[in-house]
Amino acid sequence: MSKRDYSLLGPDGARAVETGLAAAEWYHTDVPRKVMKELMARSDAPAIRDTVILYGCMVAFAAIGVALWPSWWSVPFWLAYGVLYGSASDSRWHECGHGTAFKTPWMNNAVYEIASFMIMRNSATWRWSHARHHTDTYIVGRDPEIAIMRPPAFAKLILAFFGIPDVIAFFPRMVTNALSGPTAEERTFVPQSEWGKVQRVAIIYTAIYAATLVLAFAMQSILPLMVIGLPRMYGAWHHIMTGLLQHGGLADNVIDHRLNSRTVYMNPISRFIYWNMNYHVEHHMFPMVPYHALPRLHDTIKHDLPAPNRSIAEAFREMWPALKRQLAYEDFFLRRDLPATAKPYREDFHKAALGEAIPAE
Amino acid sequence: MPQWIRACATDDIDEEDLIRFDHAGATYAIYHSPDGQFFATAGKCTHEDVHLCDGLVMGHLIECPKHNGQFDYRTGEAKRAPVCVNLKTYPVKTEGDDVFIEVP
Ligand code: FES
Repeated sequence: MSKRDYSLLGPDGARAVETGLAAAEWYHTDVPRKVMKELMARSDAPAIRDTVILYGCMVAFAAIGVALWPSWWSVPFWLAYGVLYGSASDSRWHECGHGTAFKTPWMNNAVYEIASFMIMRNSATWRWSHARHHTDTYIVGRDPEIAIMRPPAFAKLILAFFGIPDVIAFFPRMVTNALSGPTAEERTFVPQSEWGKVQRVAIIYTAIYAATLVLAFAMQSILPLMVIGLPRMYGAWHHIMTGLLQHGGLADNVIDHRLNSRTVYMNPISRFIYWNMNYHVEHHMFPMVPYHALPRLHDTIKHDLPAPNRSIAEAFREMWPALKRQLAYEDFFLRRDLPATAKPYREDFHKAALGEAIPAE
Repeated sequence: MPQWIRACATDDIDEEDLIRFDHAGATYAIYHSPDGQFFATAGKCTHEDVHLCDGLVMGHLIECPKHNGQFDYRTGEAKRAPVCVNLKTYPVKTEGDDVFIEVP
């Protein structure tokens, strides 16, 4: 295969449309309608509980961090606050963006807006890019959310653990959006009716960051930035760690989430921060199922899925060498073996991609 | 010339649920609301080419299974992003245990 072109307006995207890879019908495990309705059912209680815990912990950790500032004793509290601000906000943004976390729409919207601000994504723009990620997951030239392009840019991946590429991209875009609305590329996927909202959101973000900076200058201290802004960097590591595992090293250009997504068993703290998105094959196959029902969904369909990774460490041990091999040979990927009882699906369609697989060592 | 077509029996659809109905090359979604009424809309979401029959009915809303866009199935009104275009609706009547929809 020739070099991949990830641009949304490039030849790979056009080819995906021509061959039927784009907007294709994806594989779904058969689940009886009655069971699926129970799994999809919405409820406020789990997300209210988790949100009270999340924001309660954030207030407590930040208050202790401020009280102990500038002593080194404040460091553990900032680290804990940071991971909730700079990583848990990613999963809240994601789940509330889908509208599945809470049953009550205004609760989804409120948490979505707060999380979007913390994770530095314009709340009006990002709803639309994520829809495309679900339509064309890891289809080159179609999916705007491919975290690890081939060949992988390792320096950028490492810097992402500190939020650096995202923050560098965010601020100029925020100012541009505040001054003139969505950029030309954003206008290709954000409907015109939302352009004004993109601009309003950017103006609000700009005002909050400006006020934080003014306060920092007035206090002659970075303390205000430790509370707003910087935790997106010093707390980003967890959402990058979990986010890279979602699809890293697996097949691209296939239309079966069992082949391009990774489910990883994780410890309860990571699952709280990540809101169960470690069940990533399940989430992509059935985005209607709320985060709190994903473990049940996993139990229901695991007979039809590849074996999950047993831990974060084990998943990295699988993924990282595969990424290194993609440096030299970008068509390399980890082929997922489906259980013997799984229903095969469109093997013919996937053959071009799967036929080139080199088995993982 | 519009005509009434039998789509299903009233007990083919649980309350607060929907089924798919195909007729003459077109596809529809037939709903049974929580208050016992029946409604019909076009079968496919207006956002992408996805059938609504695997979606979730909540009250008078149908949520699309692909990107969680929502419509009010009584009026077809688009209620939640990413859907922006309303869904076409069709008249429905029941006669005895049968549900009929009026198709164009
Ligand atoms: S296909 Fe229905 S919301 Fe996208």
